[in-house]
Amino acid sequence: MEFILQFIWFFLWGLLWALFFMTDGYDFGVGALLPFLGKNDTDKRLMINSIGPLWDGNEVWLITAGGVTFAAFPQVYAVMFSSLYTPLLMILFALIIRGVSFEFRGKIESPGWKKLWDTCIFIGSVVPAILFGVAFANIFQGLPLDQNGYHGNLIYLLNPYGILGGVLFLFWFLEHGALWLSIKTPGRLHERSVSAANNIWFGLIGISVLFLIATYFYTPLYVNYLAHPILFIVPLITVLSLLGVKFFLLKEAYFKAWFASAATIVSATFFCIIGLYPNMFPSNIDSIYSLTAHNASASQLTLTIMLVVVLIFIPIVIGYQVWAFYMFKDKLSVDDLDYEESY
Amino acid sequence: MDVVLLSRLQFAAATMFHFLFVPLTLGLSVLIAYMETKYVRTGDEIYLSMTKFWGKLFLINFAVGVVTGITLEFQFGTNWSRYSAYVGDVFGSLLAIEATTSFFLESTLLGVWIFGWKKLSKKAHATVMWLIAFAGSLSAIWILMANGWMQHPVGYVIRNGRAELDSFTAVVTNKFGVLEFFHVVSSAYVLGAFFVMGISAYHLLKKQHIEFFTRSFKIALVFGLASSLFVAVIGDMHGVHVAQVQPAKFAAMESHWETTTRAPIHLFAIPDEKNEKNLIEIGSIPGLLSFLSHHDFNAEVTGLKDIPKDERPPVLLTFLSFRLMVCLGTLFILLTIYGWFKRNRLVESPNYLKIMLLSIPLPYIAIEVGWVLAEVGRQPWIVYGLMKTSDAASPVAGSQVLFSLIAFILLYSFLGAVGFYLIVINAKKGPVLE
Repeated sequence: MEFILQFIWFFLWGLLWALFFMTDGYDFGVGALLPFLGKNDTDKRLMINSIGPLWDGNEVWLITAGGVTFAAFPQVYAVMFSSLYTPLLMILFALIIRGVSFEFRGKIESPGWKKLWDTCIFIGSVVPAILFGVAFANIFQGLPLDQNGYHGNLIYLLNPYGILGGVLFLFWFLEHGALWLSIKTPGRLHERSVSAANNIWFGLIGISVLFLIATYFYTPLYVNYLAHPILFIVPLITVLSLLGVKFFLLKEAYFKAWFASAATIVSATFFCIIGLYPNMFPSNIDSIYSLTAHNASASQLTLTIMLVVVLIFIPIVIGYQVWAFYMFKDKLSVDDLDYEESY
Repeated sequence: MDVVLLSRLQFAAATMFHFLFVPLTLGLSVLIAYMETKYVRTGDEIYLSMTKFWGKLFLINFAVGVVTGITLEFQFGTNWSRYSAYVGDVFGSLLAIEATTSFFLESTLLGVWIFGWKKLSKKAHATVMWLIAFAGSLSAIWILMANGWMQHPVGYVIRNGRAELDSFTAVVTNKFGVLEFFHVVSSAYVLGAFFVMGISAYHLLKKQHIEFFTRSFKIALVFGLASSLFVAVIGDMHGVHVAQVQPAKFAAMESHWETTTRAPIHLFAIPDEKNEKNLIEIGSIPGLLSFLSHHDFNAEVTGLKDIPKDERPPVLLTFLSFRLMVCLGTLFILLTIYGWFKRNRLVESPNYLKIMLLSIPLPYIAIEVGWVLAEVGRQPWIVYGLMKTSDAASPVAGSQVLFSLIAFILLYSFLGAVGFYLIVINAKKGPVLE
């Protein structure tokens, strides 16, 4: 029973990260594209307002992923977050400046003021996008962890595979964000967004292939797949949905393209999570120091109670987030910016 | 410098800064929901203007509050990993439940409220604000249950070298957490009320938008009066409970050294921690401390001397925080009662309005020192009686924590300055009348 609970929780943990990347991912993409696609203040406001109603709710998936790590795998929470001290705090600081920028930017009419917060939105989107990738790639390949704890630092994490992970995440989110802007923005900005989505797609394909190959050489992620070949269906979904993005883009079906991109992100996350199982924070010194779903979990009672909580509430959350998503799915127009509450 | 001290400073900075914004979110959301409901019910456009004006200030405040909350959840892992590993089985679930049940609702609906004016019916839009207010308070329940567990751990067993959950019911019905919740949330309502009254007083003193700000003031006055009385009543109950379960904190709150019956309260004293006595004691009232702690003038109250030296909190800080909190709490009651009698002659009472304007920072101070009392008074324990703070920090390098502490202080000072500046200029600008 305990084994099954830990197993379920491991994949719930993966699901929460996947949903975080899928939802806040397009917010990061929009923020990262802000200086490139936003040619003037109107463009920039359209871009910011395209994610304005939704980014805050999206970010809570991160809080929940963090909270669930704490509740279901306290040992992992403790070791992972203290080991990744500097990159994690850099991510949090970046998210802080991003969050306030949306609210602060429009409150004073001055080009210098707006430029300051535009820069913050850009940094606050790019830094988490890359660092999440770097952190997860390093987790996939294992970290210098022994009985005395973790022996690495930020520079250690910036190894070739780690950097590749960072670039991959950035491209996922850029594509996801460009597709979102293709849905939500009008006119020239829309055209630029579509062409960005088309171009970024080629980069994304290239990096994805590189990542899949590098994963074979740098990480043990394929071991589970070779043991259970049926699992290859997950990366197959990733490949198909990534091709689907291009297919729907060419058909100018931007919503479908965005959903295909969402499916790419979720299935790609699951591809990695399945390969990682049962490890959560593996040691590359000796596997006896690795933290796994089965040696670092909470007690059976806590896992059971938390399972009941998430099985009730996560569907409710998804329900009202979908409701909010549909409320704000329509294309914005320049007139919408006159709306006094807009950013 | 040592990691424990630096981590404590960092947690204190992050929490106290976060809590400059949270109470206003809690308090103002209720007032705005009420104003919007009035608009829906009466159709009077002035209530719509009120909703939008106070809503604008609410949103600036919310932005800073919400982003600074993220670091708190992660800091248990980054800086207090030994604590997290030891008690995470009990403590972690409360934070996870908070995010799942409350924070999601609050954050998702806030976007809907801001951008949904034309997409929802008036009634639905007002309901969204009530749900935001509800989610904020629901959030507070879980967070304070988590803190309540650190103050008075219940429902756990020591097993597998850590504290494991034994009774979830005991953890979520922990009396300490329940009292803390009511005390904190009602004090947040006081803060929200004083914020609205203070800004209204500013405009009434300038004799502008008189109708608008008189109504705002009166709504906040009723809310503030009821809340400040409630804070005091709960505070008294809370004090009695602290005396029972945290005798060291209680003795430090009163700088009470000798275990005695008919224990006195000193209105003012200067504790001398080295020599275990008070240098000065002014206005001692015999028996009152016994009465406050046990509701019996002859009850015995444990003195600090009967608590081992290495289990005593810093007396001076605990003592002064308590004094300041209680004085301010009393002042809030007096100011709102006085306001009740002046409520129909506000514009003709410039001195009262000036006092109310200058009183805006006072609930902030009261709440911050209240937290200093709760947290410093719990020392040297991170979980009272179970784990010492000195055993709880992460095995990270001191330089790392020093660096992040400096980053926290710089970033937060900047955000705080910008946030309050924007609140001030928008508050001074006054409403756009619909």
